[in-house]
Amino acid sequence: MNVQTQIKRTAAEDALIEAFAERGTSLPGSASVAEKRNQAARLLEQGLPSRKVEAWHYTDLRRLLSSVPAFDPTATASQKEPLIAGSTVLPVLNGVAGAVKAPEGFALSSVADKLADGSLAPLLGPVDKDDTVSAINSAFAADGFALDIPAGARLDIPVELQNVQAGGQVHTRFAARVGEGANATVIERQMGDADALVSSVSHLEVGDGADVLWLIVQDQPEGASHLGQINVRIGKNAKLTLFVMNIGAKLTRQEVRVVAEGEGSEFRLRGVNLLSGQTHCDVTMILDHAAPATASTEILRNVVTDKAEGVFQGQIRVARDAQKTDAKMSCNTLLLSDEGSFSAKPELEIFADDVACGHGATVTEIEQDHLFYLMARGIDEKTARGLLVKAFVAEVIEELENEAVVEALEARLDAWFAEHG
Amino acid sequence: MLEIKNLHARIAEDGTEILRGVNLSVKPGEMTAIMGPNGSGKSTLSYVLAGREDYEVTEGDILFNGESILEMDPAERAAAGLFLAFQYPMEIPGVATMEFLKVAMNAQRKARGLDELKIPELMKRVRAAADELDMDMSMLKRPLNVGFSGGEKKRAEILQMKLLEPALCVLDETDSGLDIDALKIVSDGVNALRSPDRSVVVITHYQRLLDYIVPDSVHVLYKGRVIKSGEKELAQELEKNGYAGLVGEAA
Ligand SMILES: Nc1ncnc2c1ncn2[C@@H]1O[C@H](COP(=O)(O)OP(=O)(O)OP(=O)(O)O)[C@@H](O)[C@H]1O
Ligand SMILES: [Mg+2]
Repeated sequence: MNVQTQIKRTAAEDALIEAFAERGTSLPGSASVAEKRNQAARLLEQGLPSRKVEAWHYTDLRRLLSSVPAFDPTATASQKEPLIAGSTVLPVLNGVAGAVKAPEGFALSSVADKLADGSLAPLLGPVDKDDTVSAINSAFAADGFALDIPAGARLDIPVELQNVQAGGQVHTRFAARVGEGANATVIERQMGDADALVSSVSHLEVGDGADVLWLIVQDQPEGASHLGQINVRIGKNAKLTLFVMNIGAKLTRQEVRVVAEGEGSEFRLRGVNLLSGQTHCDVTMILDHAAPATASTEILRNVVTDKAEGVFQGQIRVARDAQKTDAKMSCNTLLLSDEGSFSAKPELEIFADDVACGHGATVTEIEQDHLFYLMARGIDEKTARGLLVKAFVAEVIEELENEAVVEALEARLDAWFAEHG
Repeated sequence: MLEIKNLHARIAEDGTEILRGVNLSVKPGEMTAIMGPNGSGKSTLSYVLAGREDYEVTEGDILFNGESILEMDPAERAAAGLFLAFQYPMEIPGVATMEFLKVAMNAQRKARGLDELKIPELMKRVRAAADELDMDMSMLKRPLNVGFSGGEKKRAEILQMKLLEPALCVLDETDSGLDIDALKIVSDGVNALRSPDRSVVVITHYQRLLDYIVPDSVHVLYKGRVIKSGEKELAQELEKNGYAGLVGEAA
């Protein structure tokens, strides 16, 4: 008898196993997909990871995912306004890809179709025993969108992948391939109206010389639990800026798994976590510098109020032949309350000898001198604090160089502060 | 306009008393100079007037237009018409100067029951004020005071003062760090603000400034007390003889 089976299963673990027993066989998918689903379910049967598992040390999923709601087939979600007006919206409404007319400039298919014909099977399944996010998602995911952006395409209009939940459980998949030299802005929005359990896993392939801005904006209601994951490969001389903004949900784990695969590729991770209430939010990055002359910078800015807790795990692995790698990681937190907290765990594993890697983490409070200066000019305390909070995160937002994106994100930041500042 | 009565204040953190019974009054339209050796409490007095929380008033009162302001926070005092030009203006990264001016001007207008200024009108006023101070508008795109030279910071303080149109201006060593031309420009700026219902308090070490901004009264602060008051001749006398004689008298 192994140790795991002796521990009493939690209600959430039971609910996941029961849900798979009920739904597993009726989910779409070829034989190869079914095999991947069973493999995922076997990992779930071993229970959710607790703090004893290193990868989950700061996010004890077993404790934090205290309950899992049943699927709610009657719940209906409606499409929302896009974050940036005029975007091409691809809605997934409570787990079902909406009908959209063929977009201009790229090919689109539904994940349900790609599960049915088995072409999505290689993307399913936990990659290792710590990959609980993908396991939960792979067991249940039934729909989503797959995009194929052809070589040389310049998408001037942003694409919004709008994952809207209306309750119960929602497990969504996105896949995007950006062809050689192409240019695109993709916004992955995670939102909804209910206390759902959401998992959303994306795969992104950035072709040689391509330039992509991908944003993940998680703005779930306060009672939702959100498990996100993005898996990326970046080609030769290609560039990806990944911007992650976490605002809502009582529990968030957003995993970022990136392989800088092509020589001269560049990756930028920018994160803004606005944490309030009793939320627990974890951004975990695993970045492989797998080729020579690759560069990466990671900058996170966290604003923490109430009893919120945040986590950033940033693991950078530099392969033996990834010489001339340049990586810089920083994680800065502005604490607005005494009861909030933020833990940063940088981890560098360097096997090459000619590299420049650095990291730093800070936790600060609002500078009283700055507050006094602003107030001495007649700006009331709340507004003055708002200006300082905005100043703290503005740098990573303004750097995005896309005016519409910057404006939309700053507006969301202002709204958050008006409510929680 | 301003009446400071037996004001005692200490550093909140460690209780060190800095102001030990300051008495001073400033009439509407009056130009007042405060002088005194380093460390005598001049900046502390200006901070206590502005409402900085690092200091605690333990005794006495500050009346502004007849009403005590001790219970007001810095923003309320500013809205009531008090302005402090800092000896060391703070650098505030991430807050664009122009955005800051917009928020500050409109906050004060709102507090005074005036309509918010729209961007074009606001820009017009800022441009006009910047021109008069010989300041480049491109500076205002930068974060507030960040990387400004010493003199640029002082000009930026006066720019804010012009735009906010306070009733009582307190200038803490605005002259130090200014070159001769800038001193003239800034003094002209202050003189232009003079009016029968606006008072100015300049804290300075130098007669040079008082040649441009001629004071109606001069007070000497020493060890947290006003030890001597007089007219503009007092400043000239100090310039010649230093504080030694006065300090001796006071001791
Ligand atoms: N926050 C503080 N913490 C510690 N000491 C302080 C603080 N504020 C003022 N002091 C002390 O109080 C005294 C008065 O300081 P203040 O800055 O008011 O002097 P000042 O008259 O403006 O001097 P200067 O002419 O050099 O500008 C000094 O000894 C200073 O060190
Ligand atoms: Mg001083």
